[in-house]
Amino acid sequence: MLILCCGNPDRGDDGAGAIVAQRLKRRAITAEICTGEASHLLEKWQGISDVIVVDAVITGGRPGTIHEWNASETNLPPQQSVSTHGLGVAAAVEIARTLGKLPRRLRVYGIEAEQFEPLTGISPIVRQAAEELAVRIAAECRAASACEP
Amino acid sequence: MTGRTIQVDQLARVEGEGSLYIKMAGDRVADVKLKIYEPPRFFEAFLRGRHYSEVPDLTARICGICPIAYQMSAVHALERGMNVHPEPAIRQLRRLFYCGEWIESHTLHIYMLHAPDFVECADVIALARDHRDLVERALHLKKIGNHIVTVLGGREIHPISAAVGGFYKIPTKAQLSELVPDLEWALQASLETLHWTRTLEFPNFEQDYEFVALRHPEEYPLNEGRLISNRGLDIDAAEYEDHFTELHVKHSNALHSVVRGRGSYLVGPLARFNLNFDRLPAIAQDAALAVHLKPPVRNPFRSIGVRAVELVFACNEALRIIREYEPPAVPKCEVSSRAGVGHAITEAPRGILYHRYAFSEQGLILTAKIVPPTSQNLKRMEDDLREYAAQLVAWPQEEATWKCEQAVRNYDPCISCATHFLTLHIERAFE
Repeated sequence: MLILCCGNPDRGDDGAGAIVAQRLKRRAITAEICTGEASHLLEKWQGISDVIVVDAVITGGRPGTIHEWNASETNLPPQQSVSTHGLGVAAAVEIARTLGKLPRRLRVYGIEAEQFEPLTGISPIVRQAAEELAVRIAAECRAASACEP
Repeated sequence: MTGRTIQVDQLARVEGEGSLYIKMAGDRVADVKLKIYEPPRFFEAFLRGRHYSEVPDLTARICGICPIAYQMSAVHALERGMNVHPEPAIRQLRRLFYCGEWIESHTLHIYMLHAPDFVECADVIALARDHRDLVERALHLKKIGNHIVTVLGGREIHPISAAVGGFYKIPTKAQLSELVPDLEWALQASLETLHWTRTLEFPNFEQDYEFVALRHPEEYPLNEGRLISNRGLDIDAAEYEDHFTELHVKHSNALHSVVRGRGSYLVGPLARFNLNFDRLPAIAQDAALAVHLKPPVRNPFRSIGVRAVELVFACNEALRIIREYEPPAVPKCEVSSRAGVGHAITEAPRGILYHRYAFSEQGLILTAKIVPPTSQNLKRMEDDLREYAAQLVAWPQEEATWKCEQAVRNYDPCISCATHFLTLHIERAFE
C-alpha cells in the first residue's frame, strides 16, 4: 500500500497531510509527503494497486471534518482539494482515470481546512483531525497486512 | 449608456488562487483589479536572524513549482555579498538544475494550464479525453524535468542540495549520462510541442511592452547577466532598487512593481525571447522561425509558443551540459562569513526573480528582500486586461469572462508565490 500525503506544510492547514505522514511514521508506517503540483501523483502510484491520498480540502463543511472518497469508483468533486497549486489532486485523479492510469484501489481522504496563511502553522482543530486520520489509516494498514497471505 | 462588470471569483488554471474584477462603462474599461496576497513578504520577515546557510532551503519552500529559482537567486545573492566564486563546473550544474525546473514548469503551463484555452477544452481532464497524446507527452516531459531536479537537488520537491558555494552533493558523470536517452526524447518532444503550437489560433492583440530580462554575453539567460530592457535599461542586479520600485495598491495585498518614471513592464518568456533571441542555440532559433516566431513578439497569447521555444532550449542545454560535464574538484567551495549585502537576479520560468540580503559578520540575515516575477508582471497583467476587455464589449458575458481569464493565464502567474487566493470577477451590467 502506498500512502501519499499532499500539501505545503508552510501554508497553514495545507500542512494537514504532512501531520498525517508524521503521525504514521511514529507508528512505523511509511507515508510520502507530496508538496508540489499534483501530476507527480501519477508517477508515484504507477504500478501500485492500493493507494491512499491525503489532502486538505474546502467543501464548506466544519473545519476538521474528515471526508473519504472511493476515487477508484467515483469521480472526485472538482476544486475541493486546495493544495498543490495549478493542478490539484482532483484533477490528477481524473486525468489518471481518463488515461487509464488509476490504481486499482484509490482512496482519497480530505481534511476540511480553516486557513492557508503562510508560516502560521496548522489550526488546532485540523491538527486533531489529522491525528485522528493517522490512527484510522494505521488501523487500515494493520488490517490490510493481516489479510495478506 | 451601456456598462458591465466582469467578475471571476476563482481563476482556474493559474498556479495558486486569486481573483479578478473588471468594470466596464460602455466600451471603456472603468476599473481592473487583480487581487492577490504575497507569501514572499512573510518569508522576508521569517528569514531575519537565520543563518545564511539556511536561506536556500527556506526560500525553496516559497513555491512548489519553482523552488530552484528561489534557491538560485538566494545562493547567487549571498555569494556575491560574501565574494565567493564557485568553479565553472558548479556554474554548469546550476544551469542544468535550472533547465530541469524550466522543463517541468513550462511543460505544466503549456499543456496542463494553457493548452485547454486554445483547443476548446474546459480543462486538462477534457484535454486528456480529447487529446490523449498531448497529455501523455506532457506527463513524460515533466517526469524528465523532475528527474533532473531529483538528481541534482537530492529530492524532487523542495530540493535540498543547493548551497552557498556549490552543492552539498554532486552527481557523478555516470549519473548524469543516464539522463541522456530521456533528454534526447525530450528534445524531440519539445520540438513537436513547438510545432503543435503552430496549429493554434491567437487573438489579434499586441501591446507596446517594456520587456525586461537578463542578458549574458554568450548564453541564453538563466543564472547570470545584466538586467536590460528594450527601452535602454542596462544595469547590475545591485542597481535593481534604483530603477524599480513597488507601489502599494489598495485592492491587493501585493505590491505592484514599476520601472521608475515609466510604469509597468513585462518579464518572463516573451521578454527573454525578444531580448535574447540571438543567444538561443541554432536548433531553437530555427524551430522558432519555422513556426513564424520572430522577435519582437508582442502578442501575449503567443507566449505558449515562446514557452515551447524555451522548452527546446532547456532540453538542448541540458544535453550539452551533461555531454561536456566534468565533475568539479570540490562540490562546495569554502565560505567565510563576513558582514555585507548581496544582490542577485536569476530567470525563474516566469521571469526575473530578485533577491537582496544583508547579513552580519556571524552570517545572520539582517534583512531580506524578494521580488518574484508574478509581482513584477501584475501591473502589466492589469494593463493588458484594461486594453483587452475593451475589445470584448460585444462579446457575450461568458465568453468575455473566459477570454479575460485566458489573458491572465498568458502570464502563467504563480499566484502561490505572489498571492494566496486569487478569485476572478469579471462583471458586466447593462444600464
